[in-house]
Amino acid sequence: MSTLLDVRDVSKRFTMGGLFGRKTIDAVMDANFSLSAENPEIFTIIGESGSGKTTLARMILGLEDPTSGEILFRGEKVDRHAGRAARLKFMSHVQPVFQNPFEAFNPLKQIERYLESTARRFLDTGDKAVIDRAMDEALQKVGLSLKEVRGRFPHEMSGGQLQRCAIARALIPNPPLLIADEPVSMVDASLRMSIVNLLKSLRDDLKVSVIYITHDLATAYYISNRLIIMQRGRIVEMGDARTVLDNPEHPYSRLLKASVLSTDDAGAGKLMTDAGMLDLATDSVGQAGRLVDRADGRSVRVYEGV
Amino acid sequence: MTRENEVILEVENLKAYYQMNYFGVSREVRAVDDITVTMRKNEVYGIAGESSSGKTSFIKVLAAAIRPPLRVVQGTVKYNFSNGPIDVAHATPEQIETVRWKHLSYIMQGSMSVLNPVRRIGKTFQDFAQRPLGLKGEAFEERVVNHLARLKLPPDVLRAYPHELSGGMRQRVTIGLATVCHPEFIIADEPTTALDVVVQKEVLQLIRDIQTEMGASVVFVTHDMSVHANVADRVGIIYAGRLVEEGPTRDMFFAPKHPYTAHLVASLPRIGDTQQRPALEGRPPNLADPPQGCRFHPRCPLAVDKCRKEVPPMEVVGPDHRTACWRWKDVEPLVNTTAPAGVMA
Ligand SMILES: Nc1ncnc2c1ncn2[C@@H]1O[C@H](COP(=O)(O)OP(=O)(O)OP(=O)(O)O)[C@@H](O)[C@H]1O
Ligand SMILES: Nc1ncnc2c1ncn2[C@@H]1O[C@H](COP(=O)(O)OP(=O)(O)O)[C@@H](O)[C@H]1O
Ligand code: SF4
Ligand SMILES: [Mg+2]
Ligand SMILES: [Mg+2]
Repeated sequence: MSTLLDVRDVSKRFTMGGLFGRKTIDAVMDANFSLSAENPEIFTIIGESGSGKTTLARMILGLEDPTSGEILFRGEKVDRHAGRAARLKFMSHVQPVFQNPFEAFNPLKQIERYLESTARRFLDTGDKAVIDRAMDEALQKVGLSLKEVRGRFPHEMSGGQLQRCAIARALIPNPPLLIADEPVSMVDASLRMSIVNLLKSLRDDLKVSVIYITHDLATAYYISNRLIIMQRGRIVEMGDARTVLDNPEHPYSRLLKASVLSTDDAGAGKLMTDAGMLDLATDSVGQAGRLVDRADGRSVRVYEGV
Repeated sequence: MTRENEVILEVENLKAYYQMNYFGVSREVRAVDDITVTMRKNEVYGIAGESSSGKTSFIKVLAAAIRPPLRVVQGTVKYNFSNGPIDVAHATPEQIETVRWKHLSYIMQGSMSVLNPVRRIGKTFQDFAQRPLGLKGEAFEERVVNHLARLKLPPDVLRAYPHELSGGMRQRVTIGLATVCHPEFIIADEPTTALDVVVQKEVLQLIRDIQTEMGASVVFVTHDMSVHANVADRVGIIYAGRLVEEGPTRDMFFAPKHPYTAHLVASLPRIGDTQQRPALEGRPPNLADPPQGCRFHPRCPLAVDKCRKEVPPMEVVGPDHRTACWRWKDVEPLVNTTAPAGVMA
């Protein structure tokens, strides 16, 4: 079995501030996992806001250097400083869909320009008809069409429409790996399902692997093969998505599941979080602990004396 | 009449369109098309609807934050603030300045948009809040730091640039900005959309606390029905630029009187779902050329001939409950069949 992606002991430390003393942030600590090349999967990353999900994604995309450890794509090191041709080749294999569609598009640029420049770059052609066809095909895959998008600026579309355009753009070079950072957080429930179903069909029909970063446990359960749960830069639990979500073991994973809002008591204004659960989940913050394997295939971070 | 029932905002027959010109062809997107609604002091009013239904456009008008090509073409948006009444649909920029932040504040969709990327967060707080708060130097900083602490943000964030913060932290910063002056009316567009569920719950609790403490009114826009279920007193549903149903939160979830609301409530995915929930057929309508009659008719399972021709009026169907559907008496709540009760958190 060969690996598509190999994340080995990857850490990222940021240094913030300057004048008034420095502060370091360990955004990611010792992340380890790999994706197989033969079995495309949806690999989900769930976790706290600020736990390092986006940072990890940016390192995999080669937009940020790890402080330590290494990331291999098809056995080759992901290198931010590789030559132009090598970078372009890498980018046609690993495509991002970013968190916030409003940030992904420049408000002064028509949306089709993005699609067009991506098509021009990756298809390596200037033929207008070929480019239009590629754009339309990609847009059709996400339930839009070139006709609807043509001439429009980002502010003329809603968040959901923009996000579908962002996914369409990523699909143009037919990449084997898509990194989708909260691709559905801006869209409503039915559209959300249509986008996750889209990711699912990309996996099943086109054999695309997807790293799916989300706060939505329901869609994670619905489409993921495996998932990791992150808290403050560390992976605290990893395993088969349904095994973990049906029965989370790490205190933070449990808190996460318990915090999902339910509609069963609609109108009652229930927002309290179990204090004991919250304490348990915060106890582990800052402790390294270690990941141990369980019989059901998951790994869980445990701490001395617990 | 109790204070709770005092009206703070009256929106009447509001129409706001995007009017554009592309290469000599003019186009009109009817994003807000005849909405009438009243909001009360001390309440949290939730606005729901699918992407591109006009939620953001509607509250941009409420927030007096419209810019061409969006224009108010009809109607009024009257607030009753403690410093006097104001119709923000027709007020001058100077008049709007007198209410911004201190009386009316707006948390925009996409937290980056308010945070200037080349200004430290602390500077942004000064720009927005110093004047309305009337505090200077340490007193101002103390107020801001205390306020941020309630949002679980360390004082350090004041020295950070937006790109140094995670999406979730930026979102809390914008909520901090919008609430630090204790406004009477807070408008929030998808304020918890980018947060993890633990923080989301905390932030929602916080918005509720601030709201109760200050006696503020909050208009909360999100497509996420589970958020409305837990924070809103009343919920209004927008479909294709129109308010199609409005009612007390509980009724909206358990006894909806519009087929679209029934669908929204039932389509919510839950942990444990391994199959897709029944999705609505068809696409959201094009607001440049909306369907005749009831705008929902091309996708409505109950549609009859009349629906294709005549616009259903808003009818009172219960206490505080209105709907715009010819067949509201036939609307049944769709049951959540695929949710095994055991796996819900
Ligand atoms: N360029 C940067 N400079 C300094 N600190 C940074 C930078 N980028 C991220 N960080 C910090 O790294 C940590 C992880 O951030 P990251 O954006 O990866 O979080 P996330 O898990 O994606 O969060 P969210 O769910 O809110 O999107 C945060 O503490 C953040 O403030
Ligand atoms: N600046 C704009 N110019 C033209 N059309 C716009 C603009 N902003 C939004 N629209 C259109 O108005 C409609 C409503 O959008 P919006 O209010 O953002 O919806 P929501 O917030 O419910 O997703 C959509 O059809 C959208 O494409
Ligand atoms: S008026 Fe007719 S088409 Fe519209 S929601 Fe009611 S039944 Fe459906
Ligand atoms: Mg992120
Ligand atoms: Mg919106």
